Amino acid sequence: MPKLNTTRRDFLGLAGGAAVAGAVPIVTLRPIEATPAMLTSAIRNVVGEAQVKAGKVKIDIPPLVENGNTVPMTVSVTSPMTETDYVKSIHVFNEKNPQPNIGNFYIGPWAGRAQVATRIRLADSQKVVAIARMSDDSFWSVSAEVIVTLAACTEEVN
Amino acid sequence: MASTLINVPPKAKRGDIIEIKTLTSHIMETGFRRTAAGELIPRDIITSFTCRYNGNEIFRADFFPAISANPYLSFFTIAKESGKFEFEWIGDNGFSTTASASIAVE
Repeated sequence: MPKLNTTRRDFLGLAGGAAVAGAVPIVTLRPIEATPAMLTSAIRNVVGEAQVKAGKVKIDIPPLVENGNTVPMTVSVTSPMTETDYVKSIHVFNEKNPQPNIGNFYIGPWAGRAQVATRIRLADSQKVVAIARMSDDSFWSVSAEVIVTLAACTEEVN
Repeated sequence: MASTLINVPPKAKRGDIIEIKTLTSHIMETGFRRTAAGELIPRDIITSFTCRYNGNEIFRADFFPAISANPYLSFFTIAKESGKFEFEWIGDNGFSTTASASIAVE
């Protein structure tokens, strides 16, 4: 966040100066966008100090979406789903929405299949990250890049 | 009471993996949008969803503003015994709604 504030201050200073010069109209500024640092800290909140390994998790999401307001997404995890080896939870994050979290899903060996589907919002073309917590408390992740042509979340309403 | 749509197979064989699908009507206002006048629209979302199978919690989800309006969910469980699935959604501004569906397991 400090970086964001600096940018905003710089920008406002600049815009103010320009307005004094009578050149540029004042534009509304919305400094709301999750930074990769926020993504990292959101992931840390879930996994703690544990190491996150790549693999086992799969995200099914369209690589190019027209409307960021409803993007179908399916996350599945390769797991035998037995009493001793199963998926405890699935966590989904994004990189550039105003908030880095998308959803947390808690399952167990009774699920039979470690798969969750929902519809999500994406404010911009960005990376979506899914992390699975296994019964042995190991973490596995995968990420997917999505290109969004109409953004969600921050548009004006009338 | 918000309207909900639940899809649970009415019957299944014991041990089958069944898919459960739910849809709830809810605006899922992100709290990041502004009116044309520039006022921030307060957040109004569903924050939590729980599914119980004969009283045992089998699935729980935390929602964030990045979940689309009218949240849709699909998840799986093993059909163990005949009985009832109970669904509960909880959200901002005291939002709460429930639904249920029954299954016959042979």
